[in-house]
Amino acid sequence: MKLFIMTIMNGLTLAALYFLVASGFTLVFGLMRNVNLAHGSLYLLGAYIGFSILELSGSWILGVAAGFLSMAMMGLLFQVCIFRGMEGQDLRQTMVSIGISIILADLMLAIWGGNTYQFEIPDALYGGIRLPLVGAYTIYRLFILGVALVIGLALWFFLTRTQVGMKIRAGVDDKDMLAATGVNVHRIFAIVFAIGAGLAGLAGVVGGSALSIAPGEDVRYLLASLVVVIVGGMGSLGGAVLGSLLIGLAEQFGLAYTPTYSVVYTYIIMIVTLAFRPQGLFGRKA
Amino acid sequence: MVGRSAQIPTVNSQAVGVSYILLGAFLLIYPWFASPFWTVQIGAQSFILGVIALSLTLLAGYGGMVSLAQLSVAGCAGYMVAIWGFNDAKMSLGWPWIPTVFMAVLIAVIFGTLIGAVSVRTEGIYTIMITLAISVGFHYFVRQNYPIFNGWNGFAGLKPPVIAGVNMRDPIPFYYLSLGAAAIAYAASVYLGRSTFGLSLQGIRDNDRRMRALGFNVTAHRILAYSIAALIASLGGVLIVWLNGRIDPASVGVGATIDILVIAVVGGLGHPIGAFVGAVLFILLENFAVDLIDRERFNLLIGAVFLAIVLFSPDGILGLWQKIKKAMIRP
Repeated sequence: MKLFIMTIMNGLTLAALYFLVASGFTLVFGLMRNVNLAHGSLYLLGAYIGFSILELSGSWILGVAAGFLSMAMMGLLFQVCIFRGMEGQDLRQTMVSIGISIILADLMLAIWGGNTYQFEIPDALYGGIRLPLVGAYTIYRLFILGVALVIGLALWFFLTRTQVGMKIRAGVDDKDMLAATGVNVHRIFAIVFAIGAGLAGLAGVVGGSALSIAPGEDVRYLLASLVVVIVGGMGSLGGAVLGSLLIGLAEQFGLAYTPTYSVVYTYIIMIVTLAFRPQGLFGRKA
Repeated sequence: MVGRSAQIPTVNSQAVGVSYILLGAFLLIYPWFASPFWTVQIGAQSFILGVIALSLTLLAGYGGMVSLAQLSVAGCAGYMVAIWGFNDAKMSLGWPWIPTVFMAVLIAVIFGTLIGAVSVRTEGIYTIMITLAISVGFHYFVRQNYPIFNGWNGFAGLKPPVIAGVNMRDPIPFYYLSLGAAAIAYAASVYLGRSTFGLSLQGIRDNDRRMRALGFNVTAHRILAYSIAALIASLGGVLIVWLNGRIDPASVGVGATIDILVIAVVGGLGHPIGAFVGAVLFILLENFAVDLIDRERFNLLIGAVFLAIVLFSPDGILGLWQKIKKAMIRP
């Protein structure tokens, strides 16, 4: 019973981390049909930059901000300099993002080397806390859960209650009509790409503090986001929530009860989803 | 970039015939003057990687389906060679090489067909994502599975067979073996492009709704394309374990998967020869990057080449070559 509840908690906190990474991915895809396979690289680069800022300044909050802002700038640059010129050629955009991710991975290896880095988290978030039913639990993991909740709600509010959010949703439904009503679609695209990339960077610092950062994490989180949004449905925020929960819980339950094949379960869930509902659980038919 | 133009270029067939003969003659006499390093590490390896990339070119060029799982299919064949034949881990069945290769190819083709059956439910970029995820799932599976795939360690001590008294481990026989496989795979691909099946496949790539309305079974065509591509990929997979003498989860990892995509795209998806052009360039860069740039930074170099190609010449080196030719004819 204890193991069961613990596994649920671990699954939820992992799901929270996956949601942070995947929400940006799905947002960018939903609006621009751009599968940014460099999303994992943004996660890792954000984490490294956050780590370096943390080392320099000693402030963890500053590191998180640096992770978000630097990757938001990077995403802005990608969109304005590269992807804008090939709008509508989704296959080519995907290839370009693969090229970018190869280059970024190698540059990161050149700069930060092959070592594993561990963040120093603030004292307030350090250590454990006693929870009813669960027993002792790491504060930091609960913090991630909280961050994901706040960001999820903020995104929901942004998308449904603000004018820019309404334009974004209109763009998801019909880009051409939105442009015809006089909205500068390119600005909307740039905003969304910046937010999506920034979230990846933020997740890099927040998630990297919970686990650690090392080369190869970029691929891991890219694949996690891929599976999450394939299962949940591309371009849907609710789908990203549901997909993260499914994948996070499946991974942790697999790890707790059948450790050998835990990594394989996520892919089984994905293939089953595809077989019965190719557009994902919350997705609409393209 | 895929499927923008018809695949059968109108070229002077006589000129093509002459260039085929010249190229064929060069490839046949090549090992006579090349050192074993150039014969096997550059020559044979280019053929083998070219064959695996060719299976992707086939799917992407003729079918418009970019599958990143082709290396997994090849890797599956490679693993089967290790499991059915001989390996160091004492986990093999010890079959002779002919039934071993047969089983390896058969299982890999079944695997590839299943991948196809799942991925044809999706289109375009979705196909890339699904096949990438399948490929990584396969990587994790073989890494975690010890009873059959020997987990992290994989298998070592795999040897090419002795066929009719010729030890295929020697550089020159192995070179000719790879050349033969590459030539057969290439000829089959070119033939396929002109066959009824290949033409229907290209029709489906260009407009699947119209083909469906004409009475073609679109799904069956696509799945069959995956099966044929799996057949070609499994040939490459068998050869690559014979070349390396080992197979482990890293050889079917994400990096290797992306390498195959890079080879196919850099060469050009428009024609089967592109896969081999890309493979030669890739192998040369891999071996001589140390002279251009630090050895450690090979990925940076190949990534930059790949990025430049997809940004500036979506049809790969072949497309670049066509452009140069056009510019020279019409000054």
